[in-house]
Amino acid sequence: MNLLISIVAVLILMLLAMGMTMNHVTIYFLTAIAPYAAIAVFLAGFIRRILLWAKSPVPFRIPTTCGQEKSLPWIKSSPLENPSGLPGVIGRMALEVLLFRSLFRNTDVEMIDGRPVYGSASWLWFFGLVFHGSLLVIILRHLRFFTEPILPGIAGLTAVDGFLELAIPTLYLSDVMLLAAVIFLFVRRIINAPLRYISLAADYFALLLIAAIAVTGLWMRHIQPTDLEQVKALVMGWVTLSPHSPQGVGVVFFIHLFLICVLLAWFPFSKLMHAGGVFLSPTRNLANNSRSQRHMNPWNGPVLVHTYEEYEDEFRDKMKAAGLPVEKE
Amino acid sequence: MAHVKIPQPDELIKINYALPETTWMETPVEFRPGTWSYSGTAKSLIALNLPNPRSWQPTDEDWKLPENWQAIILSGMKERLRKYRSFRLFMDICVRCGACADKCHFYIGSGDPKNMPVLRAELLRSVYRRYFTTAGKRFGRLAGARDLTVDVLKEWFYYFYQCTECRRCSVFCPYGIDQAEITMMGRELLNLVGCNINWVIEPVANCFRTGNHLGIQPGGIKDMLEFMADDIEDRTGVRVDVPLNKKGADILFVTPSGDYFADPGTYTCMGYLMLFHEIGLNYTFSTYASEGGNFGLFTSAEMVKRLNAKIYAEAKRLGVKWILGGECGHMWRVIHQYMDTMNGPADFLEEPVSPITGARFENARSTKMVHIAEFTADLIRNKKLKLDPRRNDHLKITFHDSCNPARAMGLFEEPRYIINNACNHFYEMAEDTIREKTFCCGAGAGLGNDENLEMRMRGGMPRAMAVRAVVQKYGVNRLACMCAIDRATLTTLMDYWVPGVSVMGVHELLANALIMKGEKERTVDLRGNEMGG
Ligand code: SF4
Ligand code: SF4
Repeated sequence: MNLLISIVAVLILMLLAMGMTMNHVTIYFLTAIAPYAAIAVFLAGFIRRILLWAKSPVPFRIPTTCGQEKSLPWIKSSPLENPSGLPGVIGRMALEVLLFRSLFRNTDVEMIDGRPVYGSASWLWFFGLVFHGSLLVIILRHLRFFTEPILPGIAGLTAVDGFLELAIPTLYLSDVMLLAAVIFLFVRRIINAPLRYISLAADYFALLLIAAIAVTGLWMRHIQPTDLEQVKALVMGWVTLSPHSPQGVGVVFFIHLFLICVLLAWFPFSKLMHAGGVFLSPTRNLANNSRSQRHMNPWNGPVLVHTYEEYEDEFRDKMKAAGLPVEKE
Repeated sequence: MAHVKIPQPDELIKINYALPETTWMETPVEFRPGTWSYSGTAKSLIALNLPNPRSWQPTDEDWKLPENWQAIILSGMKERLRKYRSFRLFMDICVRCGACADKCHFYIGSGDPKNMPVLRAELLRSVYRRYFTTAGKRFGRLAGARDLTVDVLKEWFYYFYQCTECRRCSVFCPYGIDQAEITMMGRELLNLVGCNINWVIEPVANCFRTGNHLGIQPGGIKDMLEFMADDIEDRTGVRVDVPLNKKGADILFVTPSGDYFADPGTYTCMGYLMLFHEIGLNYTFSTYASEGGNFGLFTSAEMVKRLNAKIYAEAKRLGVKWILGGECGHMWRVIHQYMDTMNGPADFLEEPVSPITGARFENARSTKMVHIAEFTADLIRNKKLKLDPRRNDHLKITFHDSCNPARAMGLFEEPRYIINNACNHFYEMAEDTIREKTFCCGAGAGLGNDENLEMRMRGGMPRAMAVRAVVQKYGVNRLACMCAIDRATLTTLMDYWVPGVSVMGVHELLANALIMKGEKERTVDLRGNEMGG
């Protein structure tokens, strides 16, 4: 059901984009207004969300420790799994953000002969990494539309990405990997029964939206080549704040563009915000040093306690009878 | 208390992982006997000034909630979203990747999808979406949002008291989303309308008044410790002191009350007494701060602080230099991650230095409380203890990492160092089940009661099966651990799944091996069993 809704939603969006290419006013909207609006919503929403998180304090120092703590000098600690200071935290976060350290631990469990057996399941890690990595490369590659001349790093990246030189125009490795990863993640969500059980419409929607963007992108490159000069002119128009409607770029381009706008605008309100949130997670980005350095809680306030005096008042006779020292006779 | 009848192990192990026909939002909770805990009594709630004291049980149709219970919960949520970044963030960023799903021992042992950490979180997250996000307000179900109804509240109760706050899920989550943190929030919210369990709230009430969970009064503590001293004399011929509420001691020693109350914890406590006697430590127990554990952790942050305050207060009153803490799991989560923040600064204490070896415990510089495993490992390293590991030759040991010292502290090597020095036969369990990936005993966080027995045996199954594997492979007969709850609950767990394996604390093992000055010829271990060597 959730799956169906997401498929329908993405189809409607595509139809909507197609519809908008019918008429000058809507084309103008699509190419001159929507991109700015989407970016504005994206930036404002992203910042707002981050501020909302940042505004809530971290009252307690609660890192999840995944290795030996730093204790006695002769015991070897694991600074990357259980950092005791800033360098370790930076290392741990770098591993987490760049290499998905925690996901790498992934195992699965199966009952064999009445006993749970754990197997490595790092394929989720692998495809997760492929997915995010290729997404990053593709986004960077698109920067070639945004600057004139093309930044040297971007040109180099593009060349490496296409080094296989399969097909004409060159098939980019990142495109293939992204598609493969999206398919994996999507199929996994559908055939893994518990995962399907927990999936919301938004979970399918995110994958389908990205898949649709990727497919329309590939379409324009390999099936119905689009005039890249025109695209570049359009994008440079945005950059120089003088947008104009492109000529002869075809309907697929408009779909591609519109879906990207939708993705950007939806991003800050969706789970995709994990992109920002991962940096703020208190179980990962804090040093495990709460016994050596006092962590402050801004809302720490007085609470009702039971004092020693009250305790002794209640038990004084019993304490004396047991020969225990008391403060007041 | 009578045990509820639960299926035999060979029945229980046939776990049904099939998913319900209905979506999870449409599957109501069923309070099946053996899988839930009795409600907190009015008496305890009143003693603690907690809201809505009344007599009720989870199986009742009417939970006698306050008139405006929804408003109370929602404003409680709002407050906590403002106070805890963890809460807000964990509500927002889960991608439902499912990496945590099969990491929870309750899911592995029960097959109930709502025991997948991600779904346990969604129980609360769906309500968050409905009342605190635009999408949820506008699109409802479609956005994964749902109204807060009595049925939802009952579901929260069932599943938040079916999570042991062990943090295993958080190790595997790519964003570190910690279901323990979400369960803690959920339990705080439930407490606002008076929905808590007696196995948590009665110990809390006891601890508040008498200083320990078990409600042992000052004379009782003294008697129990004296009794242990008698036993020690009987086994070793050495008479040890039991200093209590002693002013002028260097060190205040705090350990969970389970250690002086019942077997096998008492043997661990005897181990402490022997060790401290042997090294001539100038220390004291306290009757006022006679509890290291803190069931406040399973109630609310405020309750943690209310109970924990006694430790520093007592250290100050007695004028000790620093504090030493015994073997316990959740106690160390509180000491390590909360105590200093909540009740510090402990500027009236000194930076801990071992009076025996001169080692500085720099990692406890601010909190001024040292874990006994750190303390003892340092003694062994500096050759201050004479140990004869052969005396433990009658035992084949494996070691259970308790959840909190593992995942909220990282205390892995110290206990292993002690074990390796105190015995000759130590075998680790499978890698996926130890250290940061350790499996819970299935009965922490207040769930170790008798009425919840089936769920305990289910939740403890992954741990038990890992023990069974080393039993079959190496003939292990003793499970060592460093947690008072474990010593009680693992014993039940072993009896059920792996009969023949008994449970011990690390300091019991140490004390068996400890050669004391003036001891008689040792023939029996602390339990009175024939020993090796
Ligand atoms: S592992 Fe983390 S992100 Fe993935 S489903 Fe579990 S809580 Fe959500
Ligand atoms: S904290 Fe432990 S018990 Fe709770 S959901 Fe996570 S793995 Fe399960």
